[in-house]
Amino acid sequence: MDIKRIKTDVLIIGGGTAGCYAAMTIAERSDKKVVICEKAHIKRSGCLAAGVNALNAYIVEGRTPQDYVDYCRNDAAGIVREDLLLTMSERLNAVTERLEQLGLVILKDENGKYAARGNRNIKINGENIKPLLASAVQALPDVTVLNRVNITDIDVTDNRVNGAFGIGIESGIFYVIEAAAVIIATGGAAGLYKPNNPGFSRHKMWYPPFNTGAGYAMGIRHGAEMTTFEMRFIALRCKDTIAPTGTLAQGVGAKQVNSLGEVYETKYGLTTSERVYGTVNENQEGRGPCYLRTEGITPEQDESLLKAYLNMAPSQTLKWIESGLAPSGQNVEIEGTEPYIVGGHTASGFWVDTKRSTTIRGLYAAGDVAGGAPQKYVTGALAEGELAAVSVVEFLESNDTSEISEGSVQAQLEEAERFLGEDHSLYSTEQLEEAMQTVMDSYAGGIKTNYRFNEKQLDIADRKIRQLYALSDSLHADDPQELMYIYELRERLVVCRSVIAHLKARHETRWHSFAENLDYPERDDKNWYKYVNSRLENGEIKIILRDITERGTVYEHSD
Amino acid sequence: MSIAIDRDKCIGCGKCHDVCPGTLIRLDDARRAYIRYPRDCWGCTSCIKECPVYAIRFYLGADIGGMGSLVHTEREGDILRWIIDSPDGSVSEIRIDQKESNKY
Ligand SMILES: Cc1cc2nc3c(=O)[nH]c(=O)nc-3n(C[C@H](O)[C@H](O)[C@H](O)COP(=O)(O)OP(=O)(O)OC[C@H]3O[C@@H](n4cnc5c(N)ncnc54)[C@H](O)[C@@H]3O)c2cc1C
Ligand code: SF4
Ligand code: SF4
Repeated sequence: MDIKRIKTDVLIIGGGTAGCYAAMTIAERSDKKVVICEKAHIKRSGCLAAGVNALNAYIVEGRTPQDYVDYCRNDAAGIVREDLLLTMSERLNAVTERLEQLGLVILKDENGKYAARGNRNIKINGENIKPLLASAVQALPDVTVLNRVNITDIDVTDNRVNGAFGIGIESGIFYVIEAAAVIIATGGAAGLYKPNNPGFSRHKMWYPPFNTGAGYAMGIRHGAEMTTFEMRFIALRCKDTIAPTGTLAQGVGAKQVNSLGEVYETKYGLTTSERVYGTVNENQEGRGPCYLRTEGITPEQDESLLKAYLNMAPSQTLKWIESGLAPSGQNVEIEGTEPYIVGGHTASGFWVDTKRSTTIRGLYAAGDVAGGAPQKYVTGALAEGELAAVSVVEFLESNDTSEISEGSVQAQLEEAERFLGEDHSLYSTEQLEEAMQTVMDSYAGGIKTNYRFNEKQLDIADRKIRQLYALSDSLHADDPQELMYIYELRERLVVCRSVIAHLKARHETRWHSFAENLDYPERDDKNWYKYVNSRLENGEIKIILRDITERGTVYEHSD
Repeated sequence: MSIAIDRDKCIGCGKCHDVCPGTLIRLDDARRAYIRYPRDCWGCTSCIKECPVYAIRFYLGADIGGMGSLVHTEREGDILRWIIDSPDGSVSEIRIDQKESNKY
């Protein structure tokens, strides 16, 4: 492989929502050189590719940032970092204004104020949100975007990040990027569990199948402290198309009903996990399928819904049209998705302080890859991108230097070339990926077991995931894109192991469906009102329990 | 869902290839676009919105209830036209003003 060496002040891994905004912030506040490495192309990469439907996190008139913190805290049954949520919430409205300046269309009321959808959301046309962010980044002279460069690992010595390694997934170039500071913004992890439709439409999932948990895996491998992987995110979605349901529930007030027409949501509670749990239970008890009740809505609402879905999840509109019935003529069937790990919806990810510094010096995390602050959504990811960027600019003033050693370059290069070398593998990457998803589905609380699990099952899952990792050593790639698939599989396996360890560690059921441990079916505030964190030490995952950072206090890394 | 590319319409501009968040589209030796991994399509429609000659359309896989309709978009100033061709030959269209916000 040809080697390309780059030296920069700041490396941003992932040119998505948080990564783009971090680059913009650094350019506004300094003249530092920034390189963004993006595995796809920043114009439409990551969560925002198809567009989004609303800004889900905004402090509307009459509400305060603390109200938003309280909402998140309640939804997560207390296991959140209030200090992170508050610093994020305080930035939500400012980043929204910036989006509007970039050209995002936001609905206003007669007084020129943003029109609210409920207590926390505002209405937009979000179809082009990613191209808007991408153009803003591309216009910055000190920011270089390397599209189609997949970062395979960071380089860390003595708990200090020195940069990262990457592969040009079309050029086949091996990149060595030295940086004084690194912001990791690779999003969350999809594809760990068997998806709803494992056949032809296996990638018709909610979370981008191209966000494979790379950032989590890099952190885990290098001994960063990670948090709350046991709080998986399971989305309640339109059946088949896996399109979001918020527009139906909050937009036209559609209630969750079972096949008997009974509204069941109030029976189980209205937190995100309870809405999924209720649906699972109604099905199990023979009252499925479940629906969002849209029958009887007005023709104007029909038309608006068809358009709103085209702006974010076009397959749902196609589904309505192909069936010959608009939402007013048929309720929308719903189901839970396979579990994802997404720090922007639940609290999984890097354990960071309010500066968004990870426990590795010089490494900052923002967006879905960062833990402790659920319900970030688009604006929260932007806010964290900004917070991380401000901290990085400050960190660079210390002139703390870093260097990647020739030894690590050679080791990484040899690994990549080994995968590209002779083909001795019985198995393909795809086969091992399917095997991993089957293991997680069967033994770590996937769709198959209604998201439930016990310790014995988790032990089996752990053993099998380790075996698959060992098997992946001898995989073969014919070209650089297939090489990326090997790295993606391996990072997913690393994340799976941590998810299993976390699920096993929390001896209670605090969130139905998200972490439903049949050995400990009750919530136990006395012993488990705590963060479950972990760190890899000598190849083993060490669980660290930490006390909750209470209101008004701020967590700082010390041990 | 996945996409179907009309080889005869494609002019080889490469825009669909550039934009795909999964790097799934390639250009063959004759500079015609094709999807290398149809099963890996996420269904984001980014490629469809880029194509200057409307050569790319999307459809729902049969496993998720697809019934053979094909969808593409055409842009007219601020209007994004979504055009749906059904297997029975009927065509429906939804026009969205990109300067207008979602109502819900
Ligand atoms: C389908 C969908 C609909 C949503 N709708 C809404 C909505 O209506 N309202 C709302 O507020 N929120 C919504 N959200 C949530 C919101 O979009 C996300 O929480 C937010 O965009 C996450 O930002 P991020 O920067 O963490 O991740 P992303 O924006 O996904 O960025 C991650 C980037 O990293 C890149 N990357 C990953 N791994 C690597 C690697 N190894 N090397 C290089 N690059 C890499 C990816 O390609 C991607 O570009 C939605 C999410 C999804 C998935
Ligand atoms: S719809 Fe999206 S994921 Fe599918 S090929 Fe087009 S750009 Fe790629
Ligand atoms: S965007 Fe259209 S014309 Fe251009 S390469 Fe793709 S299919 Fe061909």
